[in-house]
Amino acid sequence: MTTPLTGARMRERRLLLGLRQADLAQEAGISASYLNLIEHGRRNVTAEVLARLAAALGVEAEALTGASSGALAEDLRAAAGAFPDAAAEIARLDDFASRFPGWAALVAALHGRAATLERAVAALNDRLGHDPHLSAALHELLSALSGVRATSAILVETEDLSPDWQRRFHLNLHKDSERLADGAGALVAYLDRSESAAEAGIAAPQDELEAWLSARGWHLPGVETGDPASVQAAVRTIGSAAARQLAEAHLVRVAADAAALPLGPFSAALAEIGPDPARLAARFSAGVLSVMRRIALMPGAEAGLVMCDASGTLLFRKPARGFTLPRFAAACPLWPLFSALARPGMAVGALLDTPPPAGARFHALAFCEAELPFGFQGPDLRTAAMLILPAPGAPGPALPVGSTCRICARDACPARREISILGTAAERGFDSGANSV
Amino acid sequence: MVQRVLLIEDEPNIAEAIGFILRRDGWEVVHLSGGDGAAEAARRLRPCLVILDHMLPGMSGLDVLAGLRGDPATAALPVLMLTAKGLPRDREAAVKAGATRFMTKPFANAEILAEVRALAGRD
Repeated sequence: MTTPLTGARMRERRLLLGLRQADLAQEAGISASYLNLIEHGRRNVTAEVLARLAAALGVEAEALTGASSGALAEDLRAAAGAFPDAAAEIARLDDFASRFPGWAALVAALHGRAATLERAVAALNDRLGHDPHLSAALHELLSALSGVRATSAILVETEDLSPDWQRRFHLNLHKDSERLADGAGALVAYLDRSESAAEAGIAAPQDELEAWLSARGWHLPGVETGDPASVQAAVRTIGSAAARQLAEAHLVRVAADAAALPLGPFSAALAEIGPDPARLAARFSAGVLSVMRRIALMPGAEAGLVMCDASGTLLFRKPARGFTLPRFAAACPLWPLFSALARPGMAVGALLDTPPPAGARFHALAFCEAELPFGFQGPDLRTAAMLILPAPGAPGPALPVGSTCRICARDACPARREISILGTAAERGFDSGANSV
Repeated sequence: MVQRVLLIEDEPNIAEAIGFILRRDGWEVVHLSGGDGAAEAARRLRPCLVILDHMLPGMSGLDVLAGLRGDPATAALPVLMLTAKGLPRDREAAVKAGATRFMTKPFANAEILAEVRALAGRD
């Protein structure tokens, strides 16, 4: 079933990927004008066209129609978290979503839109304050304008101006007016060029890169076939320069991974040994982090991957189905990722349970590598990674973890930083699972 | 006695216009097109005030101002700062660095003349 919000979600997703309407329409085999009508909720879309558009956007069709109740619930929780003073009845979230699916989808869409716009405002503020081109262009215009104003005032107000001075000031006026015209033209051209970047700038660069990778199934075949030109061409379609730069750095890493761990032999070894990054690294004489990245970014891989630096900032987020990764807030401090971060070179593995009601079990494998770019005196630069492998039904005790405190249901968690906006377990009507170890 | 104004401005047309206005008003104007050597020139020329552009090639207006304020011979010299930047933080930076007055480009000729007269105590 499509709703007016289906189009809005398509537009959001398209902009996140930095695609123009014409590009998406072509990929989905429809006209750009038809896509425009769909995006504005003026045309319904058939299941077949919806499937093609969803494929082109790298999402499930349900994510566009809002039929994916899990995703909707996550979005609603995030919306409630953004406005805790509104005291939204989190415990009755499912009730709300099932009784008023349209309104629930609207709340989720508006929250997404608000977050997008907040990022756009932050990006534009940054730009006004720190963009050297804009600052230099405005300075040039104001300088030329100052010359014009001072000189023209002299010409108008000085009745006994000698012919020599008149000629001199006329010449200055002419030069400054030319400079003003050139400066204004350059400024307009610069702002025109920035328009597409500003539209793409609605997403944080990391979000933009991850959406781009997600749309490609997190795998870049051109890297494997030694055809970097095709990948480079694809990178150029990314909207913002900042995200393109992140993508370039990602390409360098995955190309090195591909060279050290060729797809065929690596797939065979993975089937033989299983997803043990340490043993696979030993087999190929490669780095453990490279192996973890390779496992997560294989074609069709179900594994999630999250990487962070020494500050705990998440540098890379590929989610595994059912394991939510925080987009804006700091992650759950119980993740093995952070245990590994404190102990470079040590393997940290654990079974993890995500919070109810949608709780699922995962096997997490974390590892940290340290480099010494500042020499022996340090400090060392650490990068930690955690591979998230779905492990439904795996036996044994599991560590109850979450995504981020704000939307985590575990009331009695000793690692809690701030109260959850989800209310107590009793209010929600299910066990928080905090004592499942 | 003709009073001397030291004008430090890298834009030639603006410098010419300001110089013209001030000279017609009876001031002697010495023009420097950059900040290098400006503090030393101020000490040597003993102007009654300095008109100083904020954005100069090489040494910035704020650097020149710091040099003037750090030298006992020029520490109390009135300085009128000109800038194309009108942001409050730039004004604060100029005042903090010791600018006596602050004027944002584009300025009116009458305004700059009035400021110069006031700073030199001619009014």
